[in-house]
Amino acid sequence: MTQLTDLTIVQARDGLREKDFSAVDLTLAHLNGIEALNPRLNAFITVSHSQALDQARAADKALAAGEQRALTGIPLAIKDLFCTAGVRTTAGSKILGPFVPPYESSVTANLLRDGAVFLGKTNLDEFAMGSSNMTSAYGPVENPWKRRQDANAVLVPGGSSGGSAAAVAARLAMGATGTDTGGSIRQPASFCGLVGVKPSYGRCSRWGVVAFASSLDHPGPFARTVRDGAILLGSMAGHDPKDSTSADMPVPDYEAACARGVKGLRIGVPLEYRMDGMPGEIEALWRQGLDWLRSAGAEIVDVSLPHTKYGLATYYIVAPAEASSNLARYDGVRFGLRHDGEDLRDLYERTRAEGFGPEVRRRIMIGTYVLSAGYYDAYYLRAQKIRALILKDFTDVFANVDALLTPTAPSAAFAQGENMDDPIKMYLNDVFTVPADLAGVPAISIPAGLDVNGLPLGLQVIGKVFDEETVFAVAAEVERAAGFTALPAIRAGG
Amino acid sequence: MSLDPATIRRIASLARIRVEEHEVETLQTELNSILGWIEQLNEVNVDGVEPLTGGARMAMKMRDDVVTDGGYPEKVLANAPDRNGDFYAVPKVVE
Repeated sequence: MTQLTDLTIVQARDGLREKDFSAVDLTLAHLNGIEALNPRLNAFITVSHSQALDQARAADKALAAGEQRALTGIPLAIKDLFCTAGVRTTAGSKILGPFVPPYESSVTANLLRDGAVFLGKTNLDEFAMGSSNMTSAYGPVENPWKRRQDANAVLVPGGSSGGSAAAVAARLAMGATGTDTGGSIRQPASFCGLVGVKPSYGRCSRWGVVAFASSLDHPGPFARTVRDGAILLGSMAGHDPKDSTSADMPVPDYEAACARGVKGLRIGVPLEYRMDGMPGEIEALWRQGLDWLRSAGAEIVDVSLPHTKYGLATYYIVAPAEASSNLARYDGVRFGLRHDGEDLRDLYERTRAEGFGPEVRRRIMIGTYVLSAGYYDAYYLRAQKIRALILKDFTDVFANVDALLTPTAPSAAFAQGENMDDPIKMYLNDVFTVPADLAGVPAISIPAGLDVNGLPLGLQVIGKVFDEETVFAVAAEVERAAGFTALPAIRAGG
Repeated sequence: MSLDPATIRRIASLARIRVEEHEVETLQTELNSILGWIEQLNEVNVDGVEPLTGGARMAMKMRDDVVTDGGYPEKVLANAPDRNGDFYAVPKVVE
């Protein structure tokens, strides 16, 4: 029989219903995997062993009573940016090191409502600011994938949701939550050979998610198949009165949308995503993806998103500006770390200098500067206007096409220590993912092929706002055609 | 536009982050490099464009202005680094 840790969520759901194994069996298999591999991968900051087993026992009781919900007994990993009642939530920062939330985020509450089991909290770039997981105060995460010719190189899992991606890739969890502000779900999904879903802005509640940039933060799932991603998003999504930007609209059946096919769909190819210096194999994979969709009956159309190249710079004004405001709450008074000082102001300054790492300090300072008197119009207001132009690019294009296909990231996973010498070099990782965050439109990364080193490469499907269904349909077709079966070198039972 | 050491200190002070003298130069280099890269946005013609504040596509919802939550000081104060009764404690502010 297949190992329990290799099952998809769909297979596990069927197996639990047929009583082939229990939820406790399934949870234990994953906890054993974590015990064996987490000391090396560092994917989890906190493992909630006994809570997971309690939840699994409750799931078995429900299953015995014939009550199976969407995720009953399915073991998941939760990015340590989602507040979980009674379980420490650090945001990857020293400043939240001692923080134990007394409440549950809306997204994780939805998952618990549907019967999920939480294995623990996954590592991330500090406050989700990074593309490599190297800025975490709890140490870097190792990507379970290895270069074919250089198995000693320790690669990054991408970021910021690097721990979630590494956990799902290494079979330490069947799925995971992430958040995507500039690409923090899709880029690690691409680096780790996973499906990563960033829904429309407002589809998943932000309530109880530690805020980075409120107008850009999108919670979403990681999974090993498109259909599993659809099941997870179906549970996580939904209107939440506690988040004033949460969309008050019904959540469609995303799992059903995966089977729609792409016949008759118009798929746009944005010319501006053909970047100088992009590896030829990524361009070739992109062309291959378009061929797959064409063969399945879609029409391929060249389109233009003229402001694409300004996405990153716009993001690096808007996101730090919002972060400087959101992170003002970490003052050493109400929760988290405190460093005593001579007076209150000195306490604030010492607490924040000690509690925040270099990347977070940098972004808070950039944000403070672009919002400060005399510079607001030149930087922040201008960036908001360019953001409007980026949204208009998408709106114009989606008048003619149903979805877009692009590469997810300009490279495969790189090694720890690479791209660290210059912040801007690291920022360029998100060049293809940032525009969808700025515009709030849904996007999915699907593992579509391997590079010359045997590392996974993702393709990205971007859709119309609140039309996740078409995005799932196209992603499922890419998945079917790609037949991606490669496995990471490091995995539970591997 | 290039930030001088005095401006770095002023930004740090506005952000309430203590910066040691030896850190100023590094920060100056890093922040100037980021701001220099951001300068590319000046090429874009934004005449007559309305600024976009966020991704939300719908009007903010209104609700009745009533208390819907609260009444559990122990939960609220559970994470306080220092407290005095049902209050957060900080160094003396008023002499």
